[in-house]
Amino acid sequence: MSEQEYVPKSKVGKWFNDRLPLLTLGAHLTDYPTPKNLNYWWTFGGILTFCLITQIVTGIVLAMHYVAHADLAFASVEHIMRDVNYGWLIRYIHSNGASMFFLAVYIHIFRSLFYGSYKSPREVIWIIGLMIYLLMMAAAFMGYVLPWGQMSFWGATVITNLFSAIPLVGDSITTWLWGAYSVDNPTLNRFFSLHYLIPFLILGLVVLHIWALHVPGNNNPVGIDIKKPSKDTVPFHPYITIKDAFALLVFMIIFAGFVFFTPNVLGHSDNYIPANPLVTPAHIVPEWYLLPFYAILRSVPDKLGGVILMFSAIFILFVLPWLDTSKVRSAVFRPIYRQFFWILVIDVLMLGYVGAMPAEGIYLVLARVGTIYYFLHFIVVMPVVGYLEKTDPIPMSISEPVLTGGAEPSLARKVNDKV
Amino acid sequence: MSKEEKKVNRRDFLFTASYTIGAVGVGAVIWPMIDQMNPDKAQQALATTEVDISSIEPGKSITVLWRGKPIFIKKRTSEEIAEARAVKLDDLPDPQKDEDRVKDGKDEWLVMLGVCTHLGCVPLKDKGDYNGWFCPCHGSHYDVSGRIRKGPAPTNMEIPKFEFVDSNTIKIG
Repeated sequence: MSEQEYVPKSKVGKWFNDRLPLLTLGAHLTDYPTPKNLNYWWTFGGILTFCLITQIVTGIVLAMHYVAHADLAFASVEHIMRDVNYGWLIRYIHSNGASMFFLAVYIHIFRSLFYGSYKSPREVIWIIGLMIYLLMMAAAFMGYVLPWGQMSFWGATVITNLFSAIPLVGDSITTWLWGAYSVDNPTLNRFFSLHYLIPFLILGLVVLHIWALHVPGNNNPVGIDIKKPSKDTVPFHPYITIKDAFALLVFMIIFAGFVFFTPNVLGHSDNYIPANPLVTPAHIVPEWYLLPFYAILRSVPDKLGGVILMFSAIFILFVLPWLDTSKVRSAVFRPIYRQFFWILVIDVLMLGYVGAMPAEGIYLVLARVGTIYYFLHFIVVMPVVGYLEKTDPIPMSISEPVLTGGAEPSLARKVNDKV
Repeated sequence: MSKEEKKVNRRDFLFTASYTIGAVGVGAVIWPMIDQMNPDKAQQALATTEVDISSIEPGKSITVLWRGKPIFIKKRTSEEIAEARAVKLDDLPDPQKDEDRVKDGKDEWLVMLGVCTHLGCVPLKDKGDYNGWFCPCHGSHYDVSGRIRKGPAPTNMEIPKFEFVDSNTIKIG
């Protein structure tokens, strides 16, 4: 928090701030001391905030034209596309916005994994972030159901049937989720209600995520603790705001590229066929951002086992701060862990690829190998490498290696001194 | 602490009583909020369907909708029945005799929920390695009796409650 007490200049400002210290909060956010070596991987927090706001604004507008009824939903989406003024633009921003949101969140998560941002004292930031990620997946799944096309219907059927794997009460839970004896109008209705609710829950968690961030302050590429404010920090505004704004502009160019040139490339053409409960599409796959988990689900030849493993793949991330035994945060100084990090990146990309392929032959083998490595990485590699690895010397401060033109050994310190 | 403070006094009683009543009240409000999501009366009203089966040729099947789910009605040939009955129970992941999946004396009629027991897709007819059904979603193979033979599905396709109203009509549900 801001060290010096902030006093508004104007009389009105002072009067208001004494009653509700919003201006103090604003000053804190403006002056917030930020490590001066943050690279572009750190700009995705701002990009994600932009994505959330974009989804909320376009979503509210779409809800003005959409009808959440099994007989009318598909036609109302086409009505948005053809009749509503700029409806095509708003819907394409919303549907591609979901993909862009996930693209940014995956970069954000892997940034954290590389630089050790999830480690003490930032565990709570990490856990809140994962809760946001879970809610994002729920919101994206329910949003995909709303157009009531073939993929909507059968995606909803497959995902809700995951709960039928629960012993004894599974079928009752599934029927309860449906509000019917199959995915039907009551299901669509409640999914719309929840799809509208979840972004606001995410917004609340984002506030907590940022609040929890502002207690210890940002991690940084070097991963060392820094004094705030000091010569190692710069005020958030204008230094970080302008950097975030530049990154956001580049991101928006890519976003606009999807919206204006290939708005359907990330979707499935089957979803332009109205939902038909009698025919399952020949090749049913989830949206790209859920594919790695889908691959894990399908890699297990047992229904309950597959469901348990898929959920474990997400929930194992919650205990990550305690599975990683290394005292050094940044992988820049961890020569062994760094290699495993990239193996994990490749592993997750491969799982995503085989998740989109039929579950047979070589794809099934790859899915199994990928699944085994995914869990080994967190359960075995992280604790063992953290314990055995000989890390490189880490610098005393952010400024010193920069000002003296490189990480001089004399300026470096051993890990064991103090991190 | 003095002795009388340790005793259960009026205030402790009031606290405990208030918490208890409060918990009962919260529970009484939460249950309706949960139960409203269960199938409503309109959904339950769709519980039975009558189907005319007179036009189905031997070896052919039709699909009808019951409670929003497909029902496969197949008139099996005598070869198909013989094939289903020749299977050893030891070869089945979910052992069940073909005789137990049809009505006595109506062995040719297989009436079952056309829903894969894995994750709920609709299997395709006359496909798969066992001359029965094949689910395209995650690769489950069912035999000519609708029993699971290979793949991730845990159980045989379900037989719904049904009866023959007369020789040409069945009532499902």
